Amino acid sequence: MDNIGIVFSITLMYATPLIFAALGGIISERSGVTNIGIEGMMTIGAFAGAAVGYFTANPWIGFACAAAAGGALSALHAIACVKFHANQIISGVALNLIGLGVSLFLSRLLFDGVTQTLPVPNKLPKLVENGPGGLNLDSTVLVVLIFIIGVWFFLYKSRGGLRLIAVGEHPAAADTLGVNVFRVRFLAVIVSGLFAGMGGAARTLAVVSSFSPIVISGHGYIALAAVIFGRWNPVGASLACLLFGFAQSLVVVLGGGDIAIPSQILAMLPYILTIVVLVLLRGKTNAPKASGIPYIKGQR
Amino acid sequence: MDATYAVEMKSISKYFGGFCALDNVDLCVQKGEIHAILGENGAGKTTLMNILYGFYEADSGEVWTNGQKREIKTPKDAISLGIGMVHQHFMLVETYTVLQNIILGDEHIKGPGVIDYKKAKAEIKKLAEDYHFNIDLDAKIQDITVGMQQRVEIIKALYRGADILILDEPTSVLTPQEIEELIDIMHNMVQNVKTIIIITHKLAEIMKSADTCTVIRRGKNIDKVAVANTCEKDLAELMVGRAVEFTVEKQECRRGSALLQIDGLVVEDDRKIKKVDGLSLELFEGEILGIAGVDGNGQKELFEAVTSLRKAKSGSIRIDGQDIQNTSPRKTFEAGISVIPEDRQKSGLVLDFTIAENMVLEKVQNAPFSKHGILDWKVIRQNADKLTKEYDVRPDGSAGMRAGALSGGNQQKAIIAREISNDGRVLVAVQPTRGLDVGAIEFVHNAILSERDKGKGVLLISLELDEVLKLSDRVAVIYNGRIVNIIDAKDADEKRIGLLMAGGEGA
Amino acid sequence: MTKTTVRDWLKKPIVGILLAIAIGFAVGAIVLLIAGYNPGEAYGALFRGVFSKPKYFAQVTIKSTPIILTGISFVVAFKSGLFNIGSEGQYITGALVAAIVGSQINLPPVIHFIVVILAAMVAAGLVGALVGFLKSRFHVHEVISCVMINWIMLYLSNYMITLPWFKKAGTEASVEALESSWSVVANNWKTSEEGLQQLAGSDSPWAEALLKTDLNYGILIAVIVAIGIYLLYKNTVKGYELRAVGINPHAAKLAGISVDKSIVTSMAISAAIAGLAGALTITGVMPHRVTQLSMHEGYGFAGISVALIGGGSPIGSIFSGIFYSMLTYGSASIQSETGAAGEIMDIVIGVIIYLIAISSLIIMLLNRKSAKAGKAAKNG
Repeated sequence: MDNIGIVFSITLMYATPLIFAALGGIISERSGVTNIGIEGMMTIGAFAGAAVGYFTANPWIGFACAAAAGGALSALHAIACVKFHANQIISGVALNLIGLGVSLFLSRLLFDGVTQTLPVPNKLPKLVENGPGGLNLDSTVLVVLIFIIGVWFFLYKSRGGLRLIAVGEHPAAADTLGVNVFRVRFLAVIVSGLFAGMGGAARTLAVVSSFSPIVISGHGYIALAAVIFGRWNPVGASLACLLFGFAQSLVVVLGGGDIAIPSQILAMLPYILTIVVLVLLRGKTNAPKASGIPYIKGQR
Repeated sequence: MDATYAVEMKSISKYFGGFCALDNVDLCVQKGEIHAILGENGAGKTTLMNILYGFYEADSGEVWTNGQKREIKTPKDAISLGIGMVHQHFMLVETYTVLQNIILGDEHIKGPGVIDYKKAKAEIKKLAEDYHFNIDLDAKIQDITVGMQQRVEIIKALYRGADILILDEPTSVLTPQEIEELIDIMHNMVQNVKTIIIITHKLAEIMKSADTCTVIRRGKNIDKVAVANTCEKDLAELMVGRAVEFTVEKQECRRGSALLQIDGLVVEDDRKIKKVDGLSLELFEGEILGIAGVDGNGQKELFEAVTSLRKAKSGSIRIDGQDIQNTSPRKTFEAGISVIPEDRQKSGLVLDFTIAENMVLEKVQNAPFSKHGILDWKVIRQNADKLTKEYDVRPDGSAGMRAGALSGGNQQKAIIAREISNDGRVLVAVQPTRGLDVGAIEFVHNAILSERDKGKGVLLISLELDEVLKLSDRVAVIYNGRIVNIIDAKDADEKRIGLLMAGGEGA
Repeated sequence: MTKTTVRDWLKKPIVGILLAIAIGFAVGAIVLLIAGYNPGEAYGALFRGVFSKPKYFAQVTIKSTPIILTGISFVVAFKSGLFNIGSEGQYITGALVAAIVGSQINLPPVIHFIVVILAAMVAAGLVGALVGFLKSRFHVHEVISCVMINWIMLYLSNYMITLPWFKKAGTEASVEALESSWSVVANNWKTSEEGLQQLAGSDSPWAEALLKTDLNYGILIAVIVAIGIYLLYKNTVKGYELRAVGINPHAAKLAGISVDKSIVTSMAISAAIAGLAGALTITGVMPHRVTQLSMHEGYGFAGISVALIGGGSPIGSIFSGIFYSMLTYGSASIQSETGAAGEIMDIVIGVIIYLIAISSLIIMLLNRKSAKAGKAAKNG
């Protein structure tokens, strides 16, 4: 099996952007705000990362701007959901449109009327390049690993995490103890946008080197599925993302060969597996109780 | 610090939309006393206390504590002034431990943002010992009893240094014996120079525990009385605004043959815990059988099994010998069971439907309301017009209104009109007067009694012991999922039933 | 008390939606201005790109057909409290089955067409029923299963196209559906000798609309479906039950309405309509076949927008579908005439949906104002 290095590399390459987005999804959902706008935030992050990376020739500045772009878009979601009690799914749908629209509009504006940006001169550095067994690791892998640990520590060990989860479970209880439910949720949604933006840039600055309309196509939704699959736990969700990545790597590795399993069937596997696992869990997913429900003072 | 008043609220007014919840209400609470706020459901008691606790802001008026004017805009402000509140519906995060719930929002930290659980634990242990609270700090809220949860709420306030404690309807979930214990705790706290404000509509408890009582009716101040100089009857009149009958006119019970028979019923809840465990009872024609018990002893699961909302594990439920166990809500309806559910907004009505639509919820598929699957709107509307008139569901023309636009009392009337018009043989009523004012309560009680007099069997499941004792012909006490005893209403007194409810006196 | 004030009028849903549309265009204009384009010119180009020729409007109508249907599909699920984000996959199912039945079976015209769309609706309906079943039986949230099935169907469709009996040699696509299954208007006549001559000789713009587009009967079917669904909810017991379950499943269940069955039924109807959208694309529009997809085509998500702009009503979806289609079709003219990116329309639509999402706030603000006014009146 000299393919192990390649399988490993592709798995991580595909999973890393998803994990960024899934971490964002966890933070937002744990505070009680459903965020299906993650897709749009990844898209705008992917574009901002590629565009800024192109103009500054510094991928790390691009990466930071991607986070900022995702955060800016999620601020709209925060305003709608936290301040105006909007239907969170509808607002998310709107943001997906706006995120894609703005990205393509700006792309045409800045790159001579096409929806594909020019390749960035410098991609994010590799941790390992052409290692044993064809191993390739992007620096985003290390970044995301730090974030996974950070989010885990935050949620389960810190004061902020205790308050965040309480707000998602029983906002009125937190409110009566002086925790500002609106501020916690607002910040959580913004942070989810920062993460999603980084997820987008992890694709355009590490996996490929430019933005195009298909660079983010459904990744946000898959990240959200991973959140539920991983039961709103950063480690669980990361493992779920790795599973999607692993299936993708099998498609690449096995797809080219003479093996009897057609690649299209292989590509379906993680999706089928997700449904099977959810069926086996029978909905015992520990969803945050107040997720998706706007908090209005005085209503239980 | 020579101010004699712990709390003064002056001319407080509060509006919700166009509705005036509080109209120039005053409240003066002396230091170190137990002060009761008495009023009917919806009188504005809780709203007033939510203003004191910073949960709502008053539209006008002033709040003073310990002799100084205060601006209380958030619960945080109230906490820092030494005010704590135990809400009627506990504000506890179910998935958290007792410890986590207590420290939430006021955590000790070590290092940047990291919670120091050890320090908090030591501090709370000492606090619990001071007040003789025996409590497991590492248990999850979802695993402890309601009585324990209430103590967690009290410790939460004490941990934050509260010396003014507001208790909102604290006895509604407790057994008579637990109520005694709570009153002891309250006295103990007053001795420790705490001030207690207790919101309630139960007169007996005020007489037993409070020093002073402020009465509120429909958002207005009615009176402030020293409890030592008053009696239950006077308080009731102040609360309702007219003389109140403590008993209802009840005809002699004419019991017929057995109608509903439950044998050895076992029902598990979602977490696979046996909540009903070998329960048996018989309901006869023309009687009201009251189920008395503390919340969580299997009442909910019993109701769900009788209506086939939940599958029973074993046992049998029969109507006239016909087995209806584990069929479907529709089958039990067709077998003759009508239901007044506990939560009228959650289970009784479709709030976004009109009253006319709601009036046919169980029977829309039948003629004359529909034919061959097509609705007959004219008949549906006529049916509702007739019922709303007959049962005085206000306002006029409510048949065409959204159910959600009606007041709680009128929503309940609508449900009762619908269920009685179903003309079933058994009426299952769960907490049928929850949250209603006295006028509406009388209406509901009379409707239930008249069903009994028509020869129907009524199964009354209520947490209000008063209500069970008032209406029932026989009282069945439920404890740990079993009927521990069935007592003829004539022989039932509160003390004995209370003991049974708490699992005393064996079976 | 019954006097209608401006405020009451503003609370009407249709007014709110029109207001959202107006603000959406205003935001679009601002974006265009900042980017250095003249919004007047751009919107003028949009208008001309839709209305200046019958052919253009015919194209708008043709393109509106699938999204009206996916819009209605979303409405049906939404009425029962379900969020069918899976019309994308159900659309693919419908298109795939339509292409198979359309190409592999030989039947007389009309009958072939009917068999094709029924088969597609049944297949897509089963996919929807599965989602409903997973939800009611195993509590799998429909949004998740729908997202998964969207991808499964995409890969399944791609896989089927690789099979020798279905693949058209030398292409990345399936074989075409037979002409007998087509729903193109006057197809025989416009491809016949005399038809071609007559049309070519005429310089009537209407002839162009007929000849140079895939004008088909799909839009009529979409309208019929909209009316049918409207009547289902208004006048039938089934519709009553589906609505009751959507608003309050607890009360519905206690009243003897089977919530589980309603969830499955609602998802099945919803998905069948999305499948119909896919089938009508195969029967009505060139090239009458399915092709390899690298990503979703967006009919499902467009349907969500259509449903929301249509005020959550099946009849409203007809108008909002055509409106949506005008914006997306006309956006090409913005690009070609002014050079501004056509994607400005995505932004406009996004803003409209966003405003619809927060419209509860607008109503809340209006209520608060009227409450204050009421209070002032009382105190005064």
